[in-house]
Amino acid sequence: MFRRSGVNNPFDVHGRSALPVWERSSAARVVPPARPRKLAKVPFVELADGRLQGVVSSGSDTGRVYVSSIAAGTYAFACSTNNNRPCGGARGSFCNHIRALVTEAFLQYGAQRVARYLKADTSDTEPDAHALVAAMAATRPAQGDTSAAAPVFSRLLRHLAYLEREPATGPLPEMQWFPPTRAAA
Amino acid sequence: MRTDLLGDPIDGLDEALAAVDAFDDALVTGLLRPQPAQTDGLAALAAALGGTPLAALVAEAADKAAAGAAGEDHFVALAAGRTALLGSVHDALTARVREATGRPAAEEPAQPVDGEEPVANVLSAARAWLCDLARAGWRGIDHELVGGAAPVVSAMLPEPRLRRQATLLDGFSAELAASCPGATLERVPVRRWADLWSRALLLTLPGAARTPAGSTATGRLLPLGVDVQEHATAVQAQVHAVFEPADGTPPRLVRAAVSAPKPDTVVGAGLWQLLRPRMSLLAAVSEGRAMELDAMPVTAEGDLVWDDARARAGEPAEPFATARVALAAAGDPVTAPLDRHPARLAVPVLLEGYAAEREDDGPLTFAVAGHRLAVDTDRVPAAGPLTPEAIAASGACLGLLRWDAGEFLLQPLAVETTVRKKTVAVHAGAWAGGTTDKAGVRAEKAATDAVAVLRERAGKLLRS
Ligand SMILES: [Zn+2]
Repeated sequence: MFRRSGVNNPFDVHGRSALPVWERSSAARVVPPARPRKLAKVPFVELADGRLQGVVSSGSDTGRVYVSSIAAGTYAFACSTNNNRPCGGARGSFCNHIRALVTEAFLQYGAQRVARYLKADTSDTEPDAHALVAAMAATRPAQGDTSAAAPVFSRLLRHLAYLEREPATGPLPEMQWFPPTRAAA
Repeated sequence: MRTDLLGDPIDGLDEALAAVDAFDDALVTGLLRPQPAQTDGLAALAAALGGTPLAALVAEAADKAAAGAAGEDHFVALAAGRTALLGSVHDALTARVREATGRPAAEEPAQPVDGEEPVANVLSAARAWLCDLARAGWRGIDHELVGGAAPVVSAMLPEPRLRRQATLLDGFSAELAASCPGATLERVPVRRWADLWSRALLLTLPGAARTPAGSTATGRLLPLGVDVQEHATAVQAQVHAVFEPADGTPPRLVRAAVSAPKPDTVVGAGLWQLLRPRMSLLAAVSEGRAMELDAMPVTAEGDLVWDDARARAGEPAEPFATARVALAAAGDPVTAPLDRHPARLAVPVLLEGYAAEREDDGPLTFAVAGHRLAVDTDRVPAAGPLTPEAIAASGACLGLLRWDAGEFLLQPLAVETTVRKKTVAVHAGAWAGGTTDKAGVRAEKAATDAVAVLRERAGKLLRS
């Protein structure tokens, strides 16, 4: 992300590259694109509504999914099935679904962006998913109620709705402001 | 091409940009309770527009905003003033590019046609959100404020007439959301966000997104290359091409675009898979073919509104051959008034006889005729065979001339390199229509799997 300066920052390259003055650039790259990842285990993950949230496939039952979330700041967590049954593993602490959610979020968004969104203090080193989960678990976060499942579900529907829209051939001049970048998250 | 002209100063450019920057800086901390530096910025914008038709309107808006009392109409007036200034920058840059390429301009576009207006409610909701943003400033954004865009975007997405507004607001708000809270941002993309804000605001006005009246194109289409644009939930591929009308009128440059909304996990080769079925031109690009058009709709800005039924595959046509034979005489399209902005500049050019230079980790530049042209290799899509290394080793480059952050840039669309004494062309959009390249096939497979999982999970989740 662009908040950090330092050699690890993939977006730092723009300060020295073809775009010399980032602040005065119309095409400044602000959010790195999602990195490709396998979606079978965690088909949906997002940083929204003040939570890291998503949908995790059940390891045992292919027809079942879990809706899992961690709140930014408090790390209050919740996990339940799509039928709103509480997850047996998420009593008192993070279940495996939540751990998988964090791991896949790291893959998709990059460690820095996830840690920052969750307001997890990682002291500017490149955190790994296990370390972050351990650090959050150590604060003994409260169990959130599963009322988060409904908004996650509606966010997922919104997300999937993008797949249902047809491509179109009328020009979108505004997309000129969104150049691609080879630097991934 | 006279690349030497691209480095020369342009009269009035610095002054216009200084006024834009002064206004943009005022948006950083927001206009709820403006400080003296901000009121100066507002005054600078108004002063720069003195003597223009917008002068009185912008001066009044600047006064109101300086008093922390700007209403929606005042914000719209400020956005219009800023847009007009950048329009003049666009015109000056376009004139310079025309001198450099020596190409003729096409005719002025006609006025937009009256059309059915989209639902006003959602546009007023968008306008209200954008005005709240301006009051809070980029330093004042938080999740609650930025989240206000989500219902607006959701309401716009199903409405085809609001695609432009929806796509812009979706990309802009996602960027803001990823940057919350604004108070702790290390740096702010000041011009970019002011660009997106003012454009989004103007697009909430009735008629702003209307396209100028068009005509139809019949003749031969010779592709030059593909430009890809993407944000988390949208992608557009734009083919730049030379169009040779069948009626013998002079050739001209045209574009053909295809775009689609997408989940953020569809990336790389997955983008081509989304777009490919809607535009046969992408396959023609990959195969290196021309296409024959029969009464294809085309806007006055030179944008073909693609319809597969009005195109058929033509003879093989190599883009470098097209560029060498036809590019110099092809007329450049004219940009519609509201679309005049430096970010819109994307002018096909052919560059040869340059020396590729790179100092340490610095940017790649092409030195030609005593001038150094920066090369924006970052715009080359990852799902394609063209790499920064191939560009640095190239002897000829077909690209788009752009302008950003005070200088001209070259975005490569294709290069020629020499491999074992043979000239080989590598195209950024080579995988657009599909590929047999090993890495490409792997990327296609991964993308197919990703979409399949999404659809399968969606099915299960929605049934239960
Ligand atoms: Zn669980």
